[in-house]
Amino acid sequence: MMLIDTLAQGLLLGGLYALFAAGLSLVFGIMRLVNLAHGDLIILGAYLILTITTATGLNPFLAVLLAAPVMFGLGWFLQTHLLNRVLGADILPPLLVTFGLSVVIQNALLSGFSADSQKLAAGTIEAQSVDLGIVTLGVMPLLTFASAVAVVFALNQVFYRTALGRAFRATSDDQTTAQLMGIRPQNIFAIATGIALVVATIAALYLGTRANFDPSIGPARLLYAFEAVIIGGLGSLWGTLAGGIVIGMAQALGASINPEWQILSGHIAFVIVLLIRPRGLFPRAND
Amino acid sequence: MITRRRLLKSGAAFAAATASSGLALPAFAQAKKLKIGYVSPQTGPLSAFSAADSFMVEKFLASAPGLGLDVEVIVKDSQSNPNRAAEVAKELISRDEVNLILVASTPETTNPVCSIAEQEEIPVISSVAPWQPWFIGQQGNPGDPASWQEFDYVYHFFWGLEDNVATFMNMWNSVSTNKKVGALWPNDGDGNAWASEVGMPPVLAAQGYELTDPGRYQNLTDDFSAQINAFKQAGCEIMTGIPIPPDFTTFWTQAKQQGFNPKLVSVAKALLFPESVAALGELGHNLTAEVWWSPNHPYKSSLTGESAAEMAAAFEAAAQRQWTMPVGFVHALFEVAADAISRVDDPTDGDALAAAIGSTNLDTVVGKVQWGRDNVPEFARKNISKTPLVGGQWRRKEDGTFDLVIVENAGAPEIPLGGTLETLS
Repeated sequence: MMLIDTLAQGLLLGGLYALFAAGLSLVFGIMRLVNLAHGDLIILGAYLILTITTATGLNPFLAVLLAAPVMFGLGWFLQTHLLNRVLGADILPPLLVTFGLSVVIQNALLSGFSADSQKLAAGTIEAQSVDLGIVTLGVMPLLTFASAVAVVFALNQVFYRTALGRAFRATSDDQTTAQLMGIRPQNIFAIATGIALVVATIAALYLGTRANFDPSIGPARLLYAFEAVIIGGLGSLWGTLAGGIVIGMAQALGASINPEWQILSGHIAFVIVLLIRPRGLFPRAND
Repeated sequence: MITRRRLLKSGAAFAAATASSGLALPAFAQAKKLKIGYVSPQTGPLSAFSAADSFMVEKFLASAPGLGLDVEVIVKDSQSNPNRAAEVAKELISRDEVNLILVASTPETTNPVCSIAEQEEIPVISSVAPWQPWFIGQQGNPGDPASWQEFDYVYHFFWGLEDNVATFMNMWNSVSTNKKVGALWPNDGDGNAWASEVGMPPVLAAQGYELTDPGRYQNLTDDFSAQINAFKQAGCEIMTGIPIPPDFTTFWTQAKQQGFNPKLVSVAKALLFPESVAALGELGHNLTAEVWWSPNHPYKSSLTGESAAEMAAAFEAAAQRQWTMPVGFVHALFEVAADAISRVDDPTDGDALAAAIGSTNLDTVVGKVQWGRDNVPEFARKNISKTPLVGGQWRRKEDGTFDLVIVENAGAPEIPLGGTLETLS
């Protein structure tokens, strides 16, 4: 019974990690860009939601609907005017640029919002829970997990059912040939980053209602997101969800033995998966 | 017409002139102004501690001429980074040639600055860090009490771990509970100190409390289900700990979701600032914390004569935000500095100034500051002066803001109670 509760809490935590990772996975899958600023972009999204809620008095869940298009525009703008300029055969320049972006975002947030820790207030729903007999699960963690599944499902639909998805996959597989077929990779990349930031905004909603955030807290969450992407296999979105769940459950199990092992067991699970399946659980393509 | 020879000649003359004036400068400067360096974490994760800095520096500079002091304050930002704190301390000493350094807020800021100043023989007045990490943290071998040494130039005033533990225990003793305590102690300097033999466990055992300590966790953990399960299974009615604010929010939200409802929650560090408590919303109501300064403290400034309440009100009006505990302590640093400077003939003499600081006996806005009193263990007595610590409870008001009400004052009975301790459930 304790074990079931531990695993259930770990599963829900995995949903949060999968949300952190989904945007990263999308960008990496399509353009092989490791976005080191992803954690900071999530925090930026959280501040955007916070600004909207304080300005309009809206519930954070509604404020996300306003924040998402803004973040899409920001992603599009960043990709078009910054990241597309450095993408090329060498993976180092884009890596350095996103690292710089991370520093810039942190300091811009610091001067704009100060270092006070903030939180998104979702009202009474925060403390509510559902009693399932064996386990009691919080409504917010359940919503987080459901959103993670929904996000991955929706992204997969876009990927495999739409013309845009075909263009994503084509660009990812072979950029030159895709270009010959009339696809402009630069545009495709800009849309992909835009979508990634929309996902980051959803992650921001759940991060911001779960714990306090301040401008410097972004990079701490980036590591789990990376691990989730790698465990799941590059380019596979369902894999990213699975990766998040693996880390969440490993952490919960480790913590139930001794809290000292909580973070460590997530990392150990990551290493074990890599030892057994070096390309992750569900690698999409051979590259 | 400028020939090469002429240029060289005049150049040499110019160089000689500047060199001689450079030599003459220090004597001139001594007669002119006393330089005070002030180091604090004005940006970065610790910057909430420094909200009152510029307000207090201005207040000090405004009142200095009236006290016959001719001073200049050079403010430096540690950026919440110990390495940066050490760097700015060196800058203050070698480039700005300050005569005195004031440093505030957290061992990450105070310790690097004090260590460098002690080496360079520059007097320092330090505050806002519990005295154990300040004194023991600066020792060459913190593990061996026999090797600990006093300092000659650095002086610190604040409270210690034992005061915080006593404050929490007094609060818990005043309420009837099953005496089962759950502890959330992270794997960092504070958490390890609280969990150690000089921290809370021996005091709990002596007073008949049963401790559930699931173990040290990493800061910025996203899930506290394991701890919550342990507390629930042990039937803890009291919860304590010293988590960082984001972790406490995660813990407390999850605790509510998973049905852990203790009677008392006393948390150090995470609940210092009204912003962190306000972030919790309704869940922040009636949480308890340690209080080192409040507008209700019955002390007044030796510089301006303002009471604690007047000072907090002036800060709130100037900064457009609620008062915080560091407000009083930042002011007290300048009080102690002004008092020491006025008691020496030549404040630029570091040894004389350090001796004057050491013999301080001043009633400040945070209480009495006097080094060498017997409420501090013998080994640290020379450099540590303890200020009073009481217990407070955060009460949520209609508009969503929080008031900190003092509910426990056994350690400092002169500080009036603002109400009685209420339980959560």
